Amino acid sequence: MDKAQYYHVQEMRHGMDMQALFASAHVGIAGLGGLGSHVAVLLARLGIGTLTLVDFDSVDETNIHRQAYELADIGKPKTQALYEQLMRINPYITYHCYQEKIVPENVQTLLGTCSVICEAFDRAEQKAMLVENVLCQLPNAYLVGGNGMADVKSANLMRVQKLMSRYYVCGDGISDVTDSCLYAPRVALCASMQATQIMRIILNEKNI
Amino acid sequence: MKVNGKQIKLAKSLSLKEYLEQENYVLLHVAVERNGQIIPRADFVNTMLTDDDKLEIVSFVGGG
Repeated sequence: MDKAQYYHVQEMRHGMDMQALFASAHVGIAGLGGLGSHVAVLLARLGIGTLTLVDFDSVDETNIHRQAYELADIGKPKTQALYEQLMRINPYITYHCYQEKIVPENVQTLLGTCSVICEAFDRAEQKAMLVENVLCQLPNAYLVGGNGMADVKSANLMRVQKLMSRYYVCGDGISDVTDSCLYAPRVALCASMQATQIMRIILNEKNI
Repeated sequence: MKVNGKQIKLAKSLSLKEYLEQENYVLLHVAVERNGQIIPRADFVNTMLTDDDKLEIVSFVGGG
């Protein structure tokens, strides 16, 4: 299937106006673990025009139970393993991959051209660092984060909230990995909620 | 002062850092918006709160 055919199918399935908005969007994904890897797959299927993927880490044995990687990916940088998978799903969008740790000093360089950014880190202090720095340093970017997706509690406790003018957060807000464990269905649910909110922002639906 | 949508009374003059500590927040795990502006962590200590302030405090938990 060539690029024109691929794009035509997406226009037929998603609607021409919406596909044009998806194709012109640039989304950055900060962290490619249980949240970010699934968000990337969903956004590639939507045909988001440009995806920036950032993670310093490599795939290991403890990732397979909830992240979008396979056994054969163990040892590969997450950016590379995910890029290979995304190219099998949608080879016609632009991917920028950075195998780097995000710190306040490189937020502008790595994520400065994204219109929407997905916070997909696993540690609380990293989440807080990214929220502070994206909202301070990137005055036009929207940020969609995840907070509270550990444990096996009901899916109905997960929700999307708009907490600040450009910050949305998905999750139950309380289920901490230090008190429980992470399970693929609930982590992927949170990722799906994030991808849904990112899609809505791209479509100019800014309410939750 | 309004905190996360709830009206509270400031008993005395406090910095944002003192208020967060008093409420048992872990400073490294929060992001705070005051009157629509995100407050950098470095400014928590010199941000003095007033009764007219509207705070949104997000406290993060691990997992992702």
